[in-house]
Formats: sequence, C-alpha cells, structure tokens
Amino acid sequence: MAKILLEMKNITKTFPGVKALDNVNFQVEEGEIHALVGENGAGKSTLMNVLSGIYPYGSYEGDIVYDGEVCQFQTIKDSEGKGIVIIHQELALVPQMSIGENMFLGNERGKKNAINWNETYGEADKYLKMVGLSESSRVLIKDIGTGKQQLVEIAKALAKNAKLLILDEPTSSLNETDSKALLDLMLEFKKKGMTMIIITHKLNEVVYVADKITVVRDGSTVETMNCHEMKIDEDRIIRGMVGREITDRFPKRTDVTIGDINMEIKEWSVFHPIYTDRKVVDNVNFNVRKGEVVGIYGLMGAGRTELAMSIFGKSYGSYTMGFLMLNGKQTVLKSPREAINAGIAYVTEDRKGNGLVLSNPIRVNTSLANMKGVSKNGIIDTDKEYAVAVEYKEKLRTKAPTVEQNVGNLSGGNQQKVLLAKWMYTDPEILILDEPTRGIDVGAKYEIYCIINDLVKAGKSVVMISSELPEVIGMSDRIYIMNEGKFVGEMKAEEATQENIMACILQSAGGGEPK
Amino acid sequence: MDGKVLEILKKNAMLIILVLVYVFFIIMTKGGMFEPLNFNALITQNAYVFVLATGMLMCMLTGGNIDLSCGSFVCFLGAIGGILMTVKQMSPGASIAIMLLVGVIYGCVLGFLIAYVNVPPWIATLAGYLAFRGWGTALLASASTTGSISFAAQKTFLNIFSGKLFSTPVGEFNIPCFVAGIVCCVIVVLVNVVSRATKLKKGYEAESMVSLIVKSVLSIVAIMLFAVKLAMAGGIPTVLVWVIVIVLVYSFITSKTTAGRYFYTIGGNAEATRLSGVDTKLIMFLAYLNMAVLTAVTTFIVTTRFQAANSTAGTNFEMDAIAACVVGGVSAYGGSGNIFGMVIGATLIGVINLGMSLTGVDANWQKIVKGVVLLAAVVFDIIAAKKNATK
Repeated sequence: MAKILLEMKNITKTFPGVKALDNVNFQVEEGEIHALVGENGAGKSTLMNVLSGIYPYGSYEGDIVYDGEVCQFQTIKDSEGKGIVIIHQELALVPQMSIGENMFLGNERGKKNAINWNETYGEADKYLKMVGLSESSRVLIKDIGTGKQQLVEIAKALAKNAKLLILDEPTSSLNETDSKALLDLMLEFKKKGMTMIIITHKLNEVVYVADKITVVRDGSTVETMNCHEMKIDEDRIIRGMVGREITDRFPKRTDVTIGDINMEIKEWSVFHPIYTDRKVVDNVNFNVRKGEVVGIYGLMGAGRTELAMSIFGKSYGSYTMGFLMLNGKQTVLKSPREAINAGIAYVTEDRKGNGLVLSNPIRVNTSLANMKGVSKNGIIDTDKEYAVAVEYKEKLRTKAPTVEQNVGNLSGGNQQKVLLAKWMYTDPEILILDEPTRGIDVGAKYEIYCIINDLVKAGKSVVMISSELPEVIGMSDRIYIMNEGKFVGEMKAEEATQENIMACILQSAGGGEPK
Repeated sequence: MDGKVLEILKKNAMLIILVLVYVFFIIMTKGGMFEPLNFNALITQNAYVFVLATGMLMCMLTGGNIDLSCGSFVCFLGAIGGILMTVKQMSPGASIAIMLLVGVIYGCVLGFLIAYVNVPPWIATLAGYLAFRGWGTALLASASTTGSISFAAQKTFLNIFSGKLFSTPVGEFNIPCFVAGIVCCVIVVLVNVVSRATKLKKGYEAESMVSLIVKSVLSIVAIMLFAVKLAMAGGIPTVLVWVIVIVLVYSFITSKTTAGRYFYTIGGNAEATRLSGVDTKLIMFLAYLNMAVLTAVTTFIVTTRFQAANSTAGTNFEMDAIAACVVGGVSAYGGSGNIFGMVIGATLIGVINLGMSLTGVDANWQKIVKGVVLLAAVVFDIIAAKKNATK
C-alpha cells in the first residue's frame, strides 16, 4: 500500500447556525488522483478551504496530517509552503498581464525589490512546456482562450512546487476537447508522481481520471470507492451522492402533443460587435414547434449564445441579417423589451453575470422582467409582487426561508430556479434556455428538467442550448448541431447518439486547423 | 431578547450616532446648540445638502456614479439668475422658469453624454466642475464690478425659497408652526398604525406593538421639539417645506415605482436589468437630468439665503452631497441605500458643521473632522456588511 500523503481527521467546521462539515475523515494516498464528488452545498469546497488554510487553524475542529506531520495552517501561504496548491473554479488571472507575470504573481523571481524579468519569462516558458502550452509567456492572458488560461493556472501551481494539487471544477468552463486535454495532462502528472484532488460535477470525467472517489453528502464523507477494485459507473456515483437510486436522470414526458411551428429563423447571420466583419453566426436556419424541446448542441465558442441573444432583441452583435417568423408572421425585434413583448424569453447561461441581481431579494428578481404585471401606472403593487414571488417560489420549489432572501445567498440550483421564475413570469411562448443546468447538482438538474417538461406540456416551445451531450439527447425532441457559427446537422432524438453528434462536428470541421 | 435589542441598535446605528453627536455638541456649547435660532440655522444652512444629496442618491444608486459638477453649476446658474433678475429686471417667475430651463438643458446634455456616448460620469462631470466655475465667475465679473450680484430687491424670490411661513418676531410663540407640528405628528402616527394594520390584515409579518409605540413616541418627541423651537424662532422656514416635499416625493419614487426600482437593479446588475427589457440608458439619462433639475432648485435655495450670486457659491457642494449619501449608508458601488438613510447622513453632517462653528473650531480642523467622519462611516459600513456575511 502506498504512503498516505494527506489525512484529514474528524474535521468539523461550523458556521453560525450551520454545521458545514460534520466529523469528516478523508485520506489521500501519494500519487493518486482522488475525486471529491457531492451535490452543491455538500461541503466539498469548505473541506478544501479548511485544507488550504483559507479557514485558519482554530476555526475548525480536527486534525490535518500532511506528509506525516500535523499541520496548523493559518493562511494560504502556509499551505502553499508545504506544496498544497489549490486552483479555484473562478480563474484568478489578471487579463491585462502576461502569462509570465501572472504565473509569478506574489511569487516574483529576482531580488527582493527588483524583479528579474529574464528569469521570470525563462522559467515561465519552462513550466508552460510542462503543461503542453506552446505560447510564449509574454503573451497577455486576455489574448488566449479559457482552456489555455486553465493550463496557465496549472503551470502557476507547478511553479509553486506543488506536491498536492487541488483542482476545483477545472473543466466547468472548458469545451470537450480542452477538457479532455486537461484530464490527459492530469494523468500524465500522475505518472510523474504528483498527487491530485479533483472536485467536479462531470461524472464522466471522474470515471475517466480518478483512482479513488470520495462522496460528500450533507457535510459528511459518505463513502470512498476504489476504482481499481470495482467497476464504478456514473449511476453508482449518483447513487452515493443523492443517497437513493435515481432510476432515470431525465424525467419522461407524457401527453405532450407537438403542434405548429412557433418560431422560425431563416438565413440568420450575426456579426461580432467589435470586429464587425467577423461572422459569429453564419446563415442559420431552424424552427421550433409548440410543445417541442429543441436542443442546440455545440462546443463552447460555437456561436450558440450569440445566436440566442441576437434573436432576443438583437442584444448581441453589431449587425444581424435574416428573417424571424413568429407564428408564421415575419417580425423584427429591436430590443429585449420587444422580444419579451413578442413572447420570447432568454434564460442566460451566466446567471451571476447577466441573469440575476445578486444583491436584491428573490421578490425583486422574480418581477424584474415583467414589472407591468405587478404595477399600475408605474406604481408597484407591493402585495401583488410579494404574492407572485411566493407563488413561483412554491411552484418551482426554490429553497429559501422567504422571498426577501437575497439571491446572492442561494445555491446555484436555487438561483437557476429564480432565474427561470423571472422568465416564466413574463409568460413567454418561446423559452430559450442557455445551459440551464450548468454548475448545479444532480437533484436540482432533475427538477429543472421537470420544469421544462411542464412548460412544453402547456404548449410552450423550448430551445435548449447545452454542451452536455447526455442532457441534449435525453431532453430534446429534435437536435441541431452547431459548430463554428454554422448549423452542421439536425437529427431526431431517437436517432441521436453521442457518436453521431460528434461525427457531425468532426466532419464539418473538414480537417481544417483546430482553433 | 438581547439579540433583538442588538439588532435594533445595529439597524439604527447612524440615527443613534446622530443623537449622541447632537447631545455632545449641546454639552460642548453649554446648551447653545439647543437654542431656537440654531434649530433654524440647522435647517436653513443645510437645506442645500438635502436637495443635492437626493439627486446624488439617484445617481449613486445606478452604480456608484457621482456628479462633480453640481457645485459649480450652482454658481453658474446663480450668475444667470442675478443677471436676469437684477441686471435685466426680469420678473422672478420668468427668471425662475429660464433658470430651470437652463438646468434641464444641462441635464439633457450631461445625461446624453453619460448614458448614450458612454463618457464615464466622473469625467463628464469633472469637465462641468471646471467649466461652470469659470463661466459663472466670468459672467459675474462682466455684469458687476464687485463680482457679485445682489438679490436684496427681489422680495418675492427671497420669500418663496428663504422666507418664513406666517412669520412672527423671534421670541414670540408662532401658533401656526406649532399646529403644523401637531398635524405632522398625527399624520406620522396614522401612517404607522394604518401600515401595521394592513400588514396584519393581509397576514404579513408586522412590527410588534411595542416597537410601534416606541417609534411613534420618538417621532412625536422629535417633531414637536422642532415645532416648538421653530415656533420660537419666527415660524416655519419655507425651505423646510421644500426639503420635506422633495424628500417625500423621492422616497415614494425609490420605494414604490417601477422606475425607482430600476435605479436599484441597474446598480446591482446593469446587464441583467438590460436583458430583462429595461431601457437602462434611459434610466441613466434620467438620473443626470434629475440631478441637474435638483441642482437648479438648490441654486434658488442658496442664492436666496445669501441674497446674492457670487463666484464662490456652491464651492464643495458636490462633496457635501456625496458625503451625506455615503454617511447615510448609500453604497459607493451602487444598488443599495435609501432616502431615510441619506436624510440621517445629511443631518449628521449638518449637526457637525453647526456644532463645530458654535464651539469655535478652526475651519481647517472642521475639514479634518468631516474627512474622518466620512471615512469612519464607510469603514463601519464595510465591517457591518462583513459581519452579516459571515453569519
């Protein structure tokens, strides 16, 4: 048996009123990739924050034994000194600085008061090679893609002499190709003896890289599975996470009749807002019927969000061409307001960035897109607004003490429900859902799927944009495949498999240079 | 129970600080601060802060945006008023209308630049800060040899903005003022009682009976204190009526109207608000148009108080308005804050100003104290927010 590198013993961490971690035991062997899985709010991140010293020694109970000695980390610097480096979900890079500058930020090369730039860039290039990046370390962060930025984060961690690398949702903003590359890099590091802990919601990735899987549920570690001793599949992991059998990850739709075409897009092209000669969406045609869920699958950067936002009252792009037909009638929508009035709702992929007002309560967020519904002559009917918020909170089973709770304090899944509530209250005929289940846990996903089913049952049309293949296949009636701004395939859900969807994308790329 | 008391103290921390500072100055001035004439001074000297801070609040809500030009604009508009009324002998009504019109034009230009051309607010208004001080001074210099134009002959204009309602000599008890105080008390108590009753009727969470009574009694004490003192000082200053009307109107706008709601949500998340179908540019435009109109009102108040337009009028007014907002708990990042807090903040600054003048604190030291108070208020706010977050 290999040496135990890290052992966290009986860790209990309480926040006023909440026990976030309850007597957690967690062991990591040297040289393994250990996956930490669990629903949102289960305590994974709290556990890692305890480990890295973000919650200093003394603010929790229990012991951390690392490399044979008991550690009492006061700050992140302490844990990094021991070689424990955490890479957070939100990238911590300065966009306007070069890769090299970012890599040694707070860890500068050279003398105490003078940075040695040659050494900085020389060493940076060395680490970049280790993570397989061919960019010069003098390139600015803002000029490279998210996938490469994630690799820079890893190179930055290596530069700190990491022995135990913790990756918190490293692939949440990466496309499939970049994710795969990152996971392969992890496997390569493992061969060289690096120990890693990965936190992720993407269970296929867990199955792909992990040696061991520890499940966290309600602040306790429930079980640790050894992937080499038994065959672990995604269903097995889900069972551990939710504590019960989920027979079907996608709820069945019954008694839904698919009706007439509700919205049709013809020869739709959108140009980039700054580089106005660049086509982001190129001659797209599609339609969606009443009672139908249409999936749009594409990798990140395929132009899906841009397509959706351009339909939603030209809220993206410098110039939009093409025809939009609603109920067979040609329509021009020039602003989000016009789009909302025409019965279109766009539920953004970026709920924190442009979906919700985090500093405001559920009540305010629910009514924001339809203030007319809760006001008269511009004066708000506070009672009605409150009642509406309560109604939707109950309908969507949003977990919060009251509707006066600030949205920023809710978990990702509940935030997503508030966002959905806001758009459902505009009473749309067509809902464009952009990555409706990103970053939320299995249980909440299932509930979102049920809401989608209810919507189409009521005769609405749903356009679901997603980069998760199982979700697209499991939820859609019809699937469009998008790549590099173009629609490159359309298939019925029955015909769709992961293989033939990916084949569509590969064929369309036509063997050209991958971006 | 202890937790509840602490909660109430925390919620009204600024109010409590205001009372403590006030009591401190009463002691320091050996009761001078408590004299009727100083009650009157507290209102007339600080009326401009209330009006400007109301406008500033609306700007700050949209994302911590400020207007640096309002002080200089007061000087400029005052000069125009002086030329119209005193030099050109125009009627006060027409002059006021023209001044308001100039304010609206400036507001439209400023709002257009900020909302539609995307000029950062502090740069657009910095330009106004520099230009209007110069322009105003130049106008005054060309129209008068002393660089100042008197309004002493414009009795109507003076009365509308800086007169007294039902004026009586100082020291004589002014009955209408006392009655107005009683009426105010009745209204305040009625509003509180009715609001609680409707909440109870509809099954919402309502404040306890004890809290209602305590609140009502404190309000009555405060209002009657002012009413009696003002009655001894010659009556209700008209400027108080202006301030109360403006505060009430904007309190209604910010809490009860959809437009007011959008000011908050834009400050919280402008993009989310835009994608919810709100014309965010129009709201930004309105914020600065509104600011310019209230700056015009401020000009009326200030020029009538000094009975003259001069080149130093309005100096640092923008800073006083920002300080009142920030001390009153308006977020420097936008999205939160309310009129009630701003009123407390403005009053606190007014009390400190007056108190220090009465105790004879050196003018330079007054500035130092104000700076420290401003910083302390923000630090206090940030720490309180952190405490709440870790809860």
